[in-house]
Amino acid sequence: MNKVGIVGYGNTSFTKDDDKIESILHKSANQLFKKNPEIDKKQIDAVLVSTNNNSKYLSPILSEMVGIQPKIAHSIESLCNSGTNSIVSAFSYISSGLADMVLVSGAERFDSPGQILEWDNSRGEFKHPIFWASIFSKSYKQKFNVSEEDLAIVSVKNHKQAQKNPNALSKKTYSVEDVINSKKLTEDLRLLDCSRPCSGGASIVLASEEISKKITDTPIWISGIGQKTTSAGFTKNESLFSMNSSKQASASALKMANKNISQIDVAEIHDAFSVCEPMALESMGFTNQGEGMSLVKNLHETNNFKINSRGGLIGCGHPLGATGISQTIEIVQQLQQSAEGRQVDKPEIGLVHNMSAAATSSTVLVLEK
Amino acid sequence: MNFEEELTKGNFAIPECVSCKKIIWPPAEFCNVCYNETCLKTGQFTGKIIEYSKQNEEYFCMVEFLDSFRLMAKINDKPQIGQIVKITKCGILNGNYFFQII
Repeated sequence: MNKVGIVGYGNTSFTKDDDKIESILHKSANQLFKKNPEIDKKQIDAVLVSTNNNSKYLSPILSEMVGIQPKIAHSIESLCNSGTNSIVSAFSYISSGLADMVLVSGAERFDSPGQILEWDNSRGEFKHPIFWASIFSKSYKQKFNVSEEDLAIVSVKNHKQAQKNPNALSKKTYSVEDVINSKKLTEDLRLLDCSRPCSGGASIVLASEEISKKITDTPIWISGIGQKTTSAGFTKNESLFSMNSSKQASASALKMANKNISQIDVAEIHDAFSVCEPMALESMGFTNQGEGMSLVKNLHETNNFKINSRGGLIGCGHPLGATGISQTIEIVQQLQQSAEGRQVDKPEIGLVHNMSAAATSSTVLVLEK
Repeated sequence: MNFEEELTKGNFAIPECVSCKKIIWPPAEFCNVCYNETCLKTGQFTGKIIEYSKQNEEYFCMVEFLDSFRLMAKINDKPQIGQIVKITKCGILNGNYFFQII
């Protein structure tokens, strides 16, 4: 399989702004080309757009706006893991030889239709994600004797880390008491336990090994990819306190990269809700089952930014189609040691975990210098 | 019989394959094992509460039926994990299925 590198990126701030989806897409792609003049856009063979927005023909529109006439142009939608799935598609085009260089742009508006999966009627009238998150939280707390104060630390940590990220939606730090006393959405979920929908964009350029080495001295290689979809419906999840799709996706990605989880120096974890962070850490093997919160607490108390250095979805905001790309950009910055105030100490290997619809589908990437 | 037509009338019927008898949930026209058509099985089905939480004064539960499939339903009184329940009211409201259990 041909090697595939990440050679450039651009992203917008995550906001509540009422911008058109085309404008959000254009902004991050424009920033990418402005910051990386060594990328010759005439060499871009494919433009992939990651979004849940209902607007039509976004990839050809973006191509025209940035002045590219690609061979391949289309959108990719897979709810919250659209971003990493688009990166996997770009990887596949390049590693198969169908393309040498691909632009992947993700964008979403704060009012994205991707927040609700209408098809999943097994959820009855409880289709909003806060309901599956409440069931996961209740089940996880009960199974592992975890309190809501414990879970609140995820939000405290990730809002704290987001303050070092100029693009994050969160501009405030919170205490455990602030989280517990924030609006009670359900018996098991407070407002500050949730990532917030927002507007935002993120773009990345992937290239073949030969082109990557010509463009930059510091390409970041995608060495492992794992994907698993167990169902579309939330009620098909066999376990309500672990993430089976994440477990399988990370095992595949690590196997492909010939690495084990203890070698991961920095990771972006899909913390759509507080409970998702310990569940994902345990399911992927960062720690034993039931010990995810101990790991999170330790990282928080030692001010270690290893997990969700950009602030996670809770601190950054969650513009669905852009999230997986933004997570990937964060790991690229970490490995290139350009993450400034968020920088983890000399990381060599990073991991991205991006999932959809109550962990019914997960995508995991392993990135290396 | 169509699942949604029955649900609209307040009847909860379970879709199963006419050939291999597998229960197909969420409801679909065809079996995902043998690809034959599905039909509706009627009756008074009991389910078991797997998990629950509460919003305002309303409890919402995940309920498992026939050791086979699960759905989200609401219940008035505080539920217990493992509690055996049955659907007392169901239908389609604003495009969403709803299920009330007791």
